[in-house]
Amino acid sequence: MAGHAKPMSKDELWGGGQSPFSITYGKMMMWYFLVSDALTFGGLLVAYGVIRHGSTDPWPVGEQVFEALPGLHGSYPLMYVALMTFILIISSVTMVLAVEAGHRNDKKGVVKWLGYTVLGGFFFLGSQAWEWSHFIHGSGGGFQLSAPVTVTAIDSKGQGMQMNLAAGTWVHMESEFGHAYEHALEGHAAHAGEAHGEHGHADADHAHTDASTLVPEALIINKYTLVREGDKDIFKMKVQGEDAKKLWDAKAQNTVVFGANLSKNEYAVQQQYANFFFFVTGFHGFHVFSGVVINIIVWLMAIRGVFERRGHYEMIEKIGLYWHFVDLVWVFVFTFFYLV
Amino acid sequence: MERDDLIVNDSYAVNARHSEEDGKKIRKKLYTVTLLLTAITVVEVFMGVIFKRNGTFEWEAIKLSFIVLTLVKAAYIVLIFMHLGDERRNLKYVILLPYALFILYLIFIGLTEGIATLNMQNTFR
Repeated sequence: MAGHAKPMSKDELWGGGQSPFSITYGKMMMWYFLVSDALTFGGLLVAYGVIRHGSTDPWPVGEQVFEALPGLHGSYPLMYVALMTFILIISSVTMVLAVEAGHRNDKKGVVKWLGYTVLGGFFFLGSQAWEWSHFIHGSGGGFQLSAPVTVTAIDSKGQGMQMNLAAGTWVHMESEFGHAYEHALEGHAAHAGEAHGEHGHADADHAHTDASTLVPEALIINKYTLVREGDKDIFKMKVQGEDAKKLWDAKAQNTVVFGANLSKNEYAVQQQYANFFFFVTGFHGFHVFSGVVINIIVWLMAIRGVFERRGHYEMIEKIGLYWHFVDLVWVFVFTFFYLV
Repeated sequence: MERDDLIVNDSYAVNARHSEEDGKKIRKKLYTVTLLLTAITVVEVFMGVIFKRNGTFEWEAIKLSFIVLTLVKAAYIVLIFMHLGDERRNLKYVILLPYALFILYLIFIGLTEGIATLNMQNTFR
C-alpha cells in the first residue's frame, strides 16, 4: 500500500536530500489542502451547531423532514439519505481499488475502477439534485395561526388530546391537499393577471379551482418538530373535521409557504435551517462535482497511457485522497444534519 | 526543472509497489472495511428511525453514540482508504494534531457561544 515507509535512522531521515515524511511534494500539498478544507467544513458544521444551540424555537427533526423516496408515497424516514451515503461509500471503495491497481501498475484495473468511481459520483450528484428539488418543493406546505385556537389533536396511536395552540404556531397541510391548494393559489394569481387584460374571459377549458373554496379535511401539528410535554412526545399530531376548519379559518394569509427557498421555508420557524441545508450540502455537492470532473480528466489520462509512460500511478493516489475526503465530509454532514 | 514525482528513491511512496499476492490480501482488507462502514451506516439509520429526538436522557446517549460511530467511520476512511495509517508517524502527526486542536477549540467555543445566546434570549425575551 502507499507509504510503506521503511525504518530509517533520524540522522538519515532529517539529513536533507529527501522528504523526511517519505512523501512526494504533490501528495503532501494535497494533504495540506485537505486539512484546510476540513477546517472550512468543520467551521460550517460548528456554525450550524452554534445557531442550533442558540435557537429558541424547536429545530426540525431529520427523520420527519427527509422521509420521501422518489416515485413512492408514504413515509420512509432517512432511507433516501442512507442510499446516498451508501453510494458515496461504494464509490470511495472503487477509488481505493483503483489506487491498489495502480500500485500493481495494472492499467486495465485502474481504468475500470476509476470508471466506476466516476459513475458513483454521477449517481450521488443525481440523488442530491432530487433531494434538493424535493426540499425546495416541500411536501404540502404550512401556515402560521393568526389567533390562538384550542383543538383536539390525534397522535399516531389514535389517542386524542386537547391542545392549546398559541398565535404564530405552525400548522402543516397534508401533501395532497397542500399541492391542490398551491395549484389553486397559482391559478388564482394567473387568473387575476388575466383580468387586467382586454378580455377578462372566463376560460372554460382550464377552470381553476378557487383557492378560497378549498377546505382541508385534516391538518398536521408538529409535522417536522418534536416537543416533549411531561413524559409524552408530541409530534405529527393530526387535527380533523371541524377542528381542522377552525385552524384553517385562523390561518394568517401572508404566512402560507410551500417548500423552501432562501427567504422562507415550511420546515422551521428559523430560516437558518434551510439556509444551512442549502449551503452545507451545496458546498459539499460542489466538492463532489469538482471531484467528478477531476476524476474524469485523470481517467482519460489513464486510458491514454500517460501514467504508464510516467512509470507510476501516484496521480490516482492524489485524486483518491480528495475523493475519500469528500466521502469523509459526507459522513459528518449525514450525522449532524440528518441524525442528531 | 526537476520533478519530484519522478525522483527515483526507495523511500518515496511513488515507488511503493506490491505484488499480485499482496494485492489479494489488501483487497480482502478493503472489502472488510467496506462491510464495516456499510454496517455502521445501517445501524445509524435504524437508530435514527427508532429513537425519538426528544431531549430525554436516552436521546442524549443515542446522540453521543451517533458521534462515536461517526468518528469510528471517519477513522477507518482516513487510516485505511486514505492510507494515513501506512504513512510515516511524523506525517500522521503533522496532519492530525493541528486539525484536532483547532477543531476541538472551535467546537468548545461554538457550543459555549450558542448556549450563551439561548440563555440571553430566554432571559430577555
